[in-house]
Amino acid sequence: MTTTVYVPRDAAALSVGADAVAAAITREAALAGRAVRVVRNGSRGMLWLETLVEVVTEAGRIGYGPVTAEAVPSLIANGMLDGGDHELRVGVVEELPWFRAQNRLCFARVGVTDPLSPEDYRAHGGLTGLRRALEIGPAATVAEVTDSGLRGRGGAGFPAGIKWKTVADTPGELKFVCCNADEGDSGTFADRMLIEGDPFCLIEGMTIAAFAVGATEGYIYIRSEYPEAVRTFRRAIDIAYAQGWLGDDVLGSGLRFDLMVRVGAGAYICGEETSMLESLEGKRGVVRAKPPIPAITGLFGKPTVVNNVLTLASVPAILADGGAAYQALGVQRSRGTQVFQLAGNIARGGVFETAFGISLRDLVEEHGGGTLSGRPVRAVQVGGPLGAYLPASGLDLAMDYEAFAEAGAMLGHGGIVVFDDTVDMASMARFAFSFCAEESCGKCTPCRVGAVRGVEVIDRIVGGEDVDDNLALLGDLCELMTDGSLCAMGGLTPNPVRSALQHFADDFTPRRVTP
Amino acid sequence: MTVVERVLAVIEAHRGDRGALLPILHGIQAEFGYVDQSVIPLVAKELNLSRADVHGVVTFYSDFRSEPPGRVTVQLCRAEACQAVGSERLVEHAEAAYGVKVGQTGADGVVTLAQVFCLGNCALGPAAQVNGRLHGRLDPARLDGVINAEYEARTS
Ligand SMILES: Cc1cc2nc3c(=O)[nH]c(=O)nc-3n(C[C@H](O)[C@H](O)[C@H](O)COP(=O)(O)O)c2cc1C
Ligand code: SF4
Ligand code: FES
Ligand code: FES
Repeated sequence: MTTTVYVPRDAAALSVGADAVAAAITREAALAGRAVRVVRNGSRGMLWLETLVEVVTEAGRIGYGPVTAEAVPSLIANGMLDGGDHELRVGVVEELPWFRAQNRLCFARVGVTDPLSPEDYRAHGGLTGLRRALEIGPAATVAEVTDSGLRGRGGAGFPAGIKWKTVADTPGELKFVCCNADEGDSGTFADRMLIEGDPFCLIEGMTIAAFAVGATEGYIYIRSEYPEAVRTFRRAIDIAYAQGWLGDDVLGSGLRFDLMVRVGAGAYICGEETSMLESLEGKRGVVRAKPPIPAITGLFGKPTVVNNVLTLASVPAILADGGAAYQALGVQRSRGTQVFQLAGNIARGGVFETAFGISLRDLVEEHGGGTLSGRPVRAVQVGGPLGAYLPASGLDLAMDYEAFAEAGAMLGHGGIVVFDDTVDMASMARFAFSFCAEESCGKCTPCRVGAVRGVEVIDRIVGGEDVDDNLALLGDLCELMTDGSLCAMGGLTPNPVRSALQHFADDFTPRRVTP
Repeated sequence: MTVVERVLAVIEAHRGDRGALLPILHGIQAEFGYVDQSVIPLVAKELNLSRADVHGVVTFYSDFRSEPPGRVTVQLCRAEACQAVGSERLVEHAEAAYGVKVGQTGADGVVTLAQVFCLGNCALGPAAQVNGRLHGRLDPARLDGVINAEYEARTS
């Protein structure tokens, strides 16, 4: 009898030796005279357990982690292939509290299936959404997405249905669907994990979008920092063409949709949608002034849907189960589920998909287990490099767009970066400016020059030079950047700076400089 | 093949692409390891662009190197989540151990040290990409091990 063993192929798992683990299992199983089939799945998202090996048994998929190649002989000697006991055994994966507490819609298949197996995809509900869309027609598809309350997961939270309707209503022979997979925010990796763990879901979501708005060509812009995602997605596209899921006659419906991968080139600003479009056109990623909006005048001047990976990957489930089912989850105007990402100095980091409204403290303390270092949490940055820093006392905040806006923070792409009490918040504020200086597209002066000045001003403050004057200058500078920047890069860089100053003022006092 | 032929082959492979300049530049860098100034006029001519346009694009994106890299390219993540678990100590170690500053290649042509802002491995930091392969939970010893292994793989 052949035993099925899952070893993730996700880049995070590879980064801690998953390939070597897979090779060791094949080798040791052969030595033990056992027939195994090693399946390379996506990651379950419990990244602290990577490499998480799962063995299929009658009791379910039993997990072992974190497994290293060195531990494999002892695991196999102790009966891992029959689900045997071992100090690395974590039990049936889907019964783990961390897993059970989630509601996985977008990530339903990630970690479960072989990401590049069309049979797995079909067997786990794939294509149901696309088939339903083709049945009900473009207008009803847009309506379903609107009814679901789905908002863009890339950061701005714009209602997806409204954007799609604009593109659908704009006449044009040639329209595009562009998937924003630039995922530049530190602390975020859900786009990457979805692309590597369930690429067909994204292809299906993009195809539904194309059908809904009347587009025939799609591009996915993947950042070059994600070579594994690029490889996986290119293979997935080839397979999808071979299956008739892309091309001239999608699922025999007569729908034409072609999909291409484009790779970024190391510019954070290219995650901003108009900069991404410039980059897709082969130009410098300089931000465009809006209006015109991309929905009307987008890629090469044509009507274009630009959506984040998670937005598009949420669509198949919405079509399959209906907008109302999705809308039933969440709170206020934040509907459905969000894929939160726990990162930084965190004991149990990974992806946690759940309905909006969960508290930040629950995520960080209960599910995340506090810091990796075991020291107290001091600061948490939510929403990427342009997001605010919250103090440990401010974690009783509901994770939804409105509650965050009220607190002067933003949810962004759902990244949560935890810092322990060794963090120096003046240096984090300085970093926010220097990151902006490094990554500014250069179009507007407040951003391009202001960020450089910001670094200098903070250096003077912690250096003890005219502290009060320089603090006042810092305030002015933040105001200028907020008011005078064309896009959120310059406009929101004051977020981390001001919040650091507000909650951690002590860190901005002059340092004794060691001679 | 001459340099010109190799560049033309890359361009040819992307003839039908819309907005082909970025894919072409990536292709040239994959072929030569960097984008030499001298290829810019050729690329510009073939794509009907001005040299200034192409030069502007090459310099806008931090991926495109103007010089050949060392045998081992180390891209250290310095974004917030990795900072929270000590990426700056790793940068200090790498600079001292390999005698190069971030952004430089050692005089012996062995190590190129570069910085990146996020590799999508933020729950398993500090992270780095070494010759295109991702590594997590790095400390100085593990980083040295990875660099040595890559060096040996490239020289043996
Ligand atoms: C500086 C900056 C960086 C951004 N980076 C990303 C990104 O990496 N990924 C993303 O999806 N959206 C990013 N956005 C948001 C996009 O501009 C845009 O709102 C989004 O792609 C729209 O898709 P959505 O409605 O599905 O979220 C960024 C915005 C700004 C201002
Ligand atoms: S705010 Fe900065 S990044 Fe945005 S358009 Fe202006 S210069 Fe470019
Ligand atoms: S950059 Fe020239 S005026 Fe703003
Ligand atoms: S912050 Fe380093 S990998 Fe994301």
